[in-house]
Amino acid sequence: MTDPPVAPARLLWQPATIVAIKTETARVKTFVLTPARPFSFRAGQHVDVRLTAPDGYQAQRSYSIASAPDAAATIALTVERLDDGEVSPFFHDVAIVGDTIELRGPIGGHFVWSVEDDGPTLLLGGGSGVVPLMSMIRHRAARGAAVPMALILSARTWDDVIFRDELAALDARHDGFHGVLALTRAPPQRAGDYGRRVDGAMVREVIARLGEPPAQVFVCGSNAFVNTAADAALEAGITAPTIRTERYGT
Amino acid sequence: MATRGFTGKRRPPDADAPEDISKRLPPGQTLTRDFPVLSAGPTPHLELPRWSFTVKTGPRPVAQWSWEQMNALPQTTLRCDIHCVTKWSKLDTNWQGVSIDDLLAAAGLGTPPTPYILAHTHDGYSTNVPVADLLGGRAMIALRYEGQPIPADHGGPARLLVPHLYFWKSAKWVSGLQFTTRDEPGFWELRGYHIYGDPWREQRFSGD
Repeated sequence: MTDPPVAPARLLWQPATIVAIKTETARVKTFVLTPARPFSFRAGQHVDVRLTAPDGYQAQRSYSIASAPDAAATIALTVERLDDGEVSPFFHDVAIVGDTIELRGPIGGHFVWSVEDDGPTLLLGGGSGVVPLMSMIRHRAARGAAVPMALILSARTWDDVIFRDELAALDARHDGFHGVLALTRAPPQRAGDYGRRVDGAMVREVIARLGEPPAQVFVCGSNAFVNTAADAALEAGITAPTIRTERYGT
Repeated sequence: MATRGFTGKRRPPDADAPEDISKRLPPGQTLTRDFPVLSAGPTPHLELPRWSFTVKTGPRPVAQWSWEQMNALPQTTLRCDIHCVTKWSKLDTNWQGVSIDDLLAAAGLGTPPTPYILAHTHDGYSTNVPVADLLGGRAMIALRYEGQPIPADHGGPARLLVPHLYFWKSAKWVSGLQFTTRDEPGFWELRGYHIYGDPWREQRFSGD
């Protein structure tokens, strides 16, 4: 665990305007925002979002950035709708293009990746845990980097796979990126995908596609997913200090 | 700046809690009844026979305890609210363990040698806390949560507990305390998080 220290800088709240909304799956939408003061960030970082009611009541939540850091005038937040949530239902049911929210960021100096980092990279995502990993994948693609990268994305069914078409297109380039699906409640749809939960044998097979053991592993999703996937990575011979995790709060 | 169309989901008065819960929530926090898990790497599963805890002054070890020896130190209970920088708060959590006052007394350090400590963990994490925040019964090496061994996901077998600061300061899988002459930033503090982390002053990030 030796990341370069981040220079301390004051993170100020600022308005950001929604300029596009894209439906990803039945429960997931992407919101493209233009912050009043655009900022650079690193793939894997998140922002804090703040909503304010007319009486001054505020709610804050953290959302990972899905877009690549290479298009920094806008940032994309991909948000899963939590039925008993407070902020995600606002995004899904109320927010429209032209609305303004407040955010501050970027936040997080550990779960970050750059094309300048050495060595093959393995990404393990569960459901909406793919969001910060997608920023890394898009960053690699935007920079035309050759560094080998593989993603195992676990989802219930084919229709629950966030960024499915984009991941398939990137996989089809055969440029060193491997996008692999692990569907937990449906049979696999493509050669090379799996119809089961992430396990050690699966991680070992995907590492074989990378060509050499990963220098870095990023695991993101629910706590249950992260525990399962991190244990699978350990079982496949990856050492604990290589593995960075991000667990979604609840 | 009011957000168009946002009214918020305020929690209705709770029959279980006669007092006003909102007064116990620091700014920007949301009440949870779950116990979310957050950590930088895989959950380590530590074996009690090989577990140890060390107090150091600078590089020099001053005292060390095995799991059995730690459990033989005077035990204290602490009922407290906890506040995570990721915005959740949990009320009325119950912990048992060794207060830092008792720990330092057992180490023969009745007078702290320096004003700051770095807490270290078995998975290579660290976090800094002023010694004054650890004394006076305000902090402990927690060994039990809600009457049970602390689950590995929540930092067991032992975690630091400093409930009046954001919960990343309550280092999971704690392996020791190191007295330092200066306030040296730990793992998250080097990565943009606040050097002190008072939830009531909303000190989440550097500069807050």
